[in-house]
Amino acid sequence: MTSEDIKEVIIAIIKDIDEEADFDGLDADKPLRDQLELDSMDFLDIVMELRKRYKLQIPEQDYPQLATLNSCVAYLQPLLQDA
Amino acid sequence: MPVPFSQLGDNYDIVVVGSGLGGLTCANRLARCGHRILLLEHHHRLGGLATWFKRKGHIFDVSLHGFPYGMVKTCKKYWNKAITASIVQLKNIVFDNPQFSLRTTFDREDFTRLLNTRFEVPLATIDRFFATVAAMNFYDDQAMTTRELFEQFFPGRSDVHRLLMEPITYANGSTLDDPAITYGIVFSNFMSKGVFTFEGGTDRLIALMTEELERNGVTICTGAKVEKILVDKKRVRGVNANGRTISARAVVSNSGITNTIDNLTDREIYSAEFLERAAKVRVNNSSCQVYFGISDGESIDDIGDLLFTSKAEQFDAAELLSPQSTSKTFSIYYPKTRPGQNRYTIVASMNSRFEDWAGLEEEQYRREKDKLITRTLADLEGYLPGVGSKIDWMEAATPRTFNSYTLHTRGTSFGTKFEGLDISRTIFKEVAGLFHVGSVGIIMSGWLGAINYGVIVANDVDGYLRA
Repeated sequence: MTSEDIKEVIIAIIKDIDEEADFDGLDADKPLRDQLELDSMDFLDIVMELRKRYKLQIPEQDYPQLATLNSCVAYLQPLLQDA
Repeated sequence: MPVPFSQLGDNYDIVVVGSGLGGLTCANRLARCGHRILLLEHHHRLGGLATWFKRKGHIFDVSLHGFPYGMVKTCKKYWNKAITASIVQLKNIVFDNPQFSLRTTFDREDFTRLLNTRFEVPLATIDRFFATVAAMNFYDDQAMTTRELFEQFFPGRSDVHRLLMEPITYANGSTLDDPAITYGIVFSNFMSKGVFTFEGGTDRLIALMTEELERNGVTICTGAKVEKILVDKKRVRGVNANGRTISARAVVSNSGITNTIDNLTDREIYSAEFLERAAKVRVNNSSCQVYFGISDGESIDDIGDLLFTSKAEQFDAAELLSPQSTSKTFSIYYPKTRPGQNRYTIVASMNSRFEDWAGLEEEQYRREKDKLITRTLADLEGYLPGVGSKIDWMEAATPRTFNSYTLHTRGTSFGTKFEGLDISRTIFKEVAGLFHVGSVGIIMSGWLGAINYGVIVANDVDGYLRA
């Protein structure tokens, strides 16, 4: 997967979680939590969806790696290179 | 509709033992992930402590007293739109005690106003306090107690301490001596938008949840008591229920954590280190309740939705737990609770200790229950003069009642103290495929806490099954 693909996947998953989420002006280097008003339960939903779609097991200690769109890409790209 | 026990299959992906809100939500989340789930409940009704009972045309809600706004988002994500749409605000929260009497919407804006104008606390202090509790996380340092937190911001102000503490003590059983985070997280949840309830009552909520579970393919069986969770070579194999073996790759116990370790499993399956930690888990206190039904056709004045009342001079956790306590909440259910059913009911709740009721002989137990009803009615008459003549049903529940319906250790109505969370979250590291969901660690209790914890555990279970 390219970094653009991964960004699209993350955004699609967040859209499923919160249909009212507003992605206009989203800064890929700033925390998703603050910009989209996500809480820790939302991140759990993202983790479960990634596991369902790609059989990815993300350990709890790695959850902070999903903080921004760019950190998601950096963390997920090596794991999803064959996806 | 629940499936008769005789028609159950011999094997499922996951067996969920117990149907409190945590168990129901965990089952629903896992069913949506595509797993085959069997939900077993010993009682004839689902919901655990989220329950109700009917007497003489009245419906009494046992634990529907008010939950935070967070339920809206949680129900939208993990249940459905019909459930979410029935969440409505309770706008009249009343405090009445020797230190102050006031009415509030119980949110940050109104509390700021009250603290500033009634209690004369500077705005800067109030803002700093709110910012401090809002920033608390469950994994933060536990060294500071709630008492120390209050003394830091409102030194010597027992009236302010009472305003801030009393509702949370009823919400999760915590006291001034518990870690400040167990207070701050729950308090912040309520302060975001106030107190909410479920229109249609607990019976409607559980009916809607049951429909959703069935739509998602969960097999539900009531009247099925799990006697043992089966473990072989440190791995879960299934359960024994009503004398029959049902195999499963994972078992989620929604029984109490102490009950799960002490009664549902054999102790030798755990490491000595784990058992040592588990032995330190303190279960929380239990409750007494008195239920009043107003005769059909009669009505009562609007005196507020939820009343925190006490005759004690100051907030005192020991007074609050004593059998003679004058501190109680009144939840008033007007016809708006169940539109179409023109009834009024009142539920008084008190925090109490199992030990104070467990040893009573039957005759003495009955007398003490009658005295509790008489005292509670006298207090209620203070708010609704003459209400006694309109009541056609009165009944009391004690920690013994809670114990018999939920099987919780010592009838606890708020799960365990903080240390229970760690045990609950690490049990699957002891026995592969064994999980626990339920009220642990105070912050994972109450309706919202239990539902969210159900999702957290569902993630652990799904991760295990897909590994």
